Amino acid sequence: MTPFTNKPSPSQPHADNTEVLTDVLEPRICASELNAESAEEIEELERHGLLSEISRRRFIQASSALAASLAFGMPGFIEAQEATHNATVTLKVNGKPQTLSLDSRTSLLDALREHMDMTGTKKGCDHGQCGACTVLIDGRRVNSCLTLAFVSEGAEITTIEGLAKTSDPKAIEDLSAVQAAFLMHDGYQCGYCTPGQIISATAAITEQQKGELSIVSWHSGKNDQPELTDDEIRERMSGNICRCGAYPNIVAAVRAASKGASA
Amino acid sequence: MKSFAYSRATSNAQALEAARARGTQFLAGGTNLVDLMKYQVEQPVTLVDINHLALTEISQIDGGGISIGAMVRNSDLANHPLVRTNYPLLSQALLSGASPQLRNMASTGGNLMQRTRCYYFNDISFSACNKRAPGSGCAALEGYNRIHAILGQTDKGPTSGETCIATHPSDMCVAMAALQATVEVEGRGGRRTIPFAEFHRLPGNDPSRDTTLREGELITAVTLPSAKFAKNAFYLKARDRNSYAFALISVAAGLEMEGTTIRSAGLAMGGVAHKPWRIPEAEKALAGQLASPENFAHAADILLHGAHGYEHNRFKIELAKQGVVRALTVAAQGTSEVA
Ligand SMILES: Cc1cc2nc3c(=O)[nH]c(=O)nc-3n(C[C@H](O)[C@H](O)[C@H](O)COP(=O)(O)OP(=O)(O)OC[C@H]3O[C@@H](n4cnc5c(N)ncnc54)[C@H](O)[C@@H]3O)c2cc1C
Ligand code: FES
Ligand code: FES
Repeated sequence: MTPFTNKPSPSQPHADNTEVLTDVLEPRICASELNAESAEEIEELERHGLLSEISRRRFIQASSALAASLAFGMPGFIEAQEATHNATVTLKVNGKPQTLSLDSRTSLLDALREHMDMTGTKKGCDHGQCGACTVLIDGRRVNSCLTLAFVSEGAEITTIEGLAKTSDPKAIEDLSAVQAAFLMHDGYQCGYCTPGQIISATAAITEQQKGELSIVSWHSGKNDQPELTDDEIRERMSGNICRCGAYPNIVAAVRAASKGASA
Repeated sequence: MKSFAYSRATSNAQALEAARARGTQFLAGGTNLVDLMKYQVEQPVTLVDINHLALTEISQIDGGGISIGAMVRNSDLANHPLVRTNYPLLSQALLSGASPQLRNMASTGGNLMQRTRCYYFNDISFSACNKRAPGSGCAALEGYNRIHAILGQTDKGPTSGETCIATHPSDMCVAMAALQATVEVEGRGGRRTIPFAEFHRLPGNDPSRDTTLREGELITAVTLPSAKFAKNAFYLKARDRNSYAFALISVAAGLEMEGTTIRSAGLAMGGVAHKPWRIPEAEKALAGQLASPENFAHAADILLHGAHGYEHNRFKIELAKQGVVRALTVAAQGTSEVA
């Protein structure tokens, strides 16, 4: 998803799906795989600005590594490749510290989803443009796709899995006010953006209670203690894109939750 | 993403020492750097995490201004009581940018240093970009150049190694230009102060350089002079959608009023050039004049003098002129009368 640009797509080399594939594979490619290619050649390509060619070659190498691992039935093949900069990191998620060994490139989002089995937090764009990956760090909403896991060491991370009042919610009463309001108001269709929306709304309500401003507060002359009008909700929730367009119900849910009600 | 070593600095000295090694970059909020690393536009060898440096204060300084630590987050800056009260222009500009999540991450220093959103710079599958690959030409010149520069650009044709029509994308910096901020930096050789107008540069014959910050230097703070435009300020941002989008053009307008007469003005534009676009003559032309549409249009003409558009961005010239008049008109009515 690239909501910021009406970008003309380059004729080559990556259609959207290859880009995703490259993204998935690339963190696991280690420097030695590239040694087959002389450093000089790479430099030469770089000098001529032919970075796309370099990235294409890397992609092919990555694909053949994947093909090899599939062909030989060695699922651990790629994982077993030694990463260049690995380190131990302790992440405190929803109150529980977990120690992991991660490549320095791992985003907090990937650490949660791929290494901690917490798939509630979603990956939409992986570039800060959609909000699906929103989590709280020390109570503040951030995009976990642009946060490196190493950077968040030492912080309190809260994900959608940690919002409910109980660790194993069984009834709507066990959910947080915002979660319950999204249920009651059908604040979603497919639900993919929903964890991000709910985390974001939770923070938006706190921010408003603390008297923080949005640009709508300035534009409506309410730059003292702004209320959560629908315009304010729309602006304050604009960091979360919903591809299904469930916006009216999302606004209704946030409005209800901000008044302490779910229905 | 290319592999990199990660380290955390806990003092400025430590960060500066680490930055001696080739290929080292400071990591603040990461909202631009990590993004560009994913695209392989940036390929640091080492990242020095500066999130734990003691650069998070906003304080009053002698002479009535304020000092803003480089690691103050955009959301905290926009909401600080001193900024809300004395520098509404800055608060408005910050809150017009990005999203709440991104503003919680984005730092003052990182915002100054963010790179252009030019499509061709951000996508390595285009080989021609003088900013990314010096000497390779400019794919934007004859490409899709809707978001590109109309002022101060270097245009010597698509294959020239000097051509660049990229814009600086920041909202915050446009307000800081109008407020005549200064940037405080620290290097291993000591500290220096850079006037805002000299911090960002025009592409000239070297589009690869965005700023005059030297290799290894750390931004420590931005200072604002005492507030003059608290009562009459407006940040106008025109964009393709109303939120969470970069500016096509933006205008930061601050006026110091005496009745209906302008005592002094601060005026800058964003989205039109390689740096926040401020022409002191436009501000001078307003001083001592009536706050009238004619005088505002005159200031706009001075600002837009010599503007040159391309296939997809010619509309920006008229949009910018109208934007300047509109921003000044709203500012003259008063900061809290903007509805
Ligand atoms: C989807 C999206 C939408 C956005 N929309 C807008 C918008 O509408 N308006 C707008 O203005 N911005 C927008 N931004 C950009 C955002 O404001 C910047 O990415 C942010 O301000 C960068 O700050 P950071 O702390 O995250 O910097 P980082 O990404 O950490 O760093 C950026 C650069 O600054 C350098 N750096 C950081 N701190 C220092 C320092 N103290 N000294 C020296 N160098 C330093 C880094 O080395 C790096 O090169 C958007 C970004 C995204 C991803
Ligand atoms: S995944 Fe889209 S903002 Fe992070
Ligand atoms: S509910 Fe489908 S993307 Fe929002």
